[in-house]
Amino acid sequence: MSTLTDAVEYAPRGPQRQRKGKLMRGLFLASTAVGLIALVVLIADIVLDGAGSLTWRFITSFPSRFAARAGIRAALVGSLWVLGLTTLFSFPLGVATAIWLEEYAPRNRWTQLVQVNIANLAAVPSIVYGILGLAVFVRAMSLGRSVLAGALTLTLLILPVIIIAAQEAIRAVPNSIRLAAYALGATQWQTVRRQVLPMAMPGILTGTILALSRAVGETAPLIMIGALAFVPFAPKGPGDAFTVLPIQIFNWISRPQVQFHHLAAAAILVLLVVLMAFNLAAVLLRNKYTKTL
Amino acid sequence: MARADHDALRREREVRAADRLLAPEGQDAAGPASEQPSGAGPAYFGGDEPAEEAAEALPQSEASAAPAVGLPEPAERATVRPPSLEGPPGRRRREAVVRAILFACSAVSVLTTIGIVAVLLFEAGAFFTDVSPLEFFTSTTWAPLFQPQHFGVLPLLVGSILVALGAAVVALPVGLGSAIFLSEYASQGLKRVVKPALEVLAGVPTVVYGYFALTFVTPLLRGVWPNTEIFNAASASIVMGIMIIPLVASLSEDAMSAVPRALREGAYALGATKLEVSTRTVLPAALSGIVASFILAVSRARGETMIVAIAAGATPNLTLNPLESVQTMTAYIVQVSQGEVAFGSVEYRTIFAVGLTLFALTLLMNAVSIAVLRRFREVYE
Repeated sequence: MSTLTDAVEYAPRGPQRQRKGKLMRGLFLASTAVGLIALVVLIADIVLDGAGSLTWRFITSFPSRFAARAGIRAALVGSLWVLGLTTLFSFPLGVATAIWLEEYAPRNRWTQLVQVNIANLAAVPSIVYGILGLAVFVRAMSLGRSVLAGALTLTLLILPVIIIAAQEAIRAVPNSIRLAAYALGATQWQTVRRQVLPMAMPGILTGTILALSRAVGETAPLIMIGALAFVPFAPKGPGDAFTVLPIQIFNWISRPQVQFHHLAAAAILVLLVVLMAFNLAAVLLRNKYTKTL
Repeated sequence: MARADHDALRREREVRAADRLLAPEGQDAAGPASEQPSGAGPAYFGGDEPAEEAAEALPQSEASAAPAVGLPEPAERATVRPPSLEGPPGRRRREAVVRAILFACSAVSVLTTIGIVAVLLFEAGAFFTDVSPLEFFTSTTWAPLFQPQHFGVLPLLVGSILVALGAAVVALPVGLGSAIFLSEYASQGLKRVVKPALEVLAGVPTVVYGYFALTFVTPLLRGVWPNTEIFNAASASIVMGIMIIPLVASLSEDAMSAVPRALREGAYALGATKLEVSTRTVLPAALSGIVASFILAVSRARGETMIVAIAAGATPNLTLNPLESVQTMTAYIVQVSQGEVAFGSVEYRTIFAVGLTLFALTLLMNAVSIAVLRRFREVYE
């Protein structure tokens, strides 16, 4: 490129290169549009299919073999149960692990191993967690096909996500806060508990909410541990059999009749509204605290 | 990424300021922390803390030139630790209890990995006493639920690879194009709107994509190629590609935005057009992040379950024709666990043998992506 002969034949071909640049700019713009158009088409398709079936009766009815009478009550209550228990398990566990790694862990190989391990776990396919849940919670601990087994499986699934988010939030707390607390004679736990955690909490909560919204949409691991497709009752405790919204949707999609497909679309609308509420909460939380801090 | 630099510098300044405040009299308190002889440092820090603090601020700012993509990064410990505690014994005991509890919680994630590996190895081991590994990896028929039974995993493996490759063909060019547009062409305002909108795609539950594939994309494909089967690999691939576009776009964009501005201006000064700057200067500089995003996206596609379970069918079919029905490893696992398969039977154990194959592939791809990151990492400033 930079030899003397090349320099003699130097020809900038300006207009040609500019034209090529314009063409490629169009292509880059088009590829950005592909993703956005896909999103719009996806939502439009689901709204068109499902809006007609989305009634109050649909939300309050149990599933049925007859499309006209079927509803998502059992799935909705099941999803709430699983979500509640998963939050209960994963939040303290994830935050505690993050505190350990950021504030307490000695700088040695073991800590590094735990860190690498968490990053690896975040990349493991969700169905593998289902296999683990099936073997450990359902069989070995004989919890059966219960809400509890489902919640424990999802807890392991979203734990790495919560840990990583919480670690980032804790790391962002300035060291001057810790120094000030120690200078006043606080112990390490007092410093973490009363200074670091309150400051990191918005970030931790945002990460946790996003992780939980992933848990709400998860299907495969719960099919693995045997959440049932047809549950004509709402679970009343952590030991009961259950179904969740995504599994109810999967069940209806798997049927050949178009009426059931429309029910699936209506249930998807409910699921998407729930997820949107989660994301909105996360965004609001983030905005509120980035302003005041 | 520039913020991470800033944070590191700020932290270092804070530590130094603290040194200045806490340094005993008669010592050159204004000198950088790293120059203080260890042991003679401020009484506040136990031993060589300040030196470590300063030393760690540097590698951190170097590392920030490469994007974090959920891959293991060198553990960075930047938070200060307290002095050794001289307090009433009750207070010390409580600290020790808290410490133990926190440590136990961090062990859960390690136990999870051990659990996964142990369960897969144990049950797959039992499976391989009934079925020879040779048959498992070389036979071309997968029919564990029918008589006579066949246990050749190749059709499932090829199905998984076919669908993941199809998804990559859709997502990599589109995602990279979006990344270049967002990083090099779009205004800040447009980027602030478009990037989160694209990321919504990544948050849609996979069962929803499955519905979209089956009820929207498949009829479309059958309109173009009438001999397309109702369940086919192409439809699942396309929709899975759409699902991973934001992953590629967002992570590649992060990597490209992290390339220093001086590089672009150097290229412009040599007379390059905007396209040439983007593709010949910025793209190579951000290559490690881009490649890592590709690997992450493909690895996500291969582990995906619901789209293929709904749209690709349940026929273990050794084919490369995307218009035919195929079954992937993940879809098979879901299919078996839906039916009534007796606990402890060979059919039950196929789940674990297939799961082990899937898990091994995940680890392999993770290792490759770490190696790629190391190989292509370009460090600026």
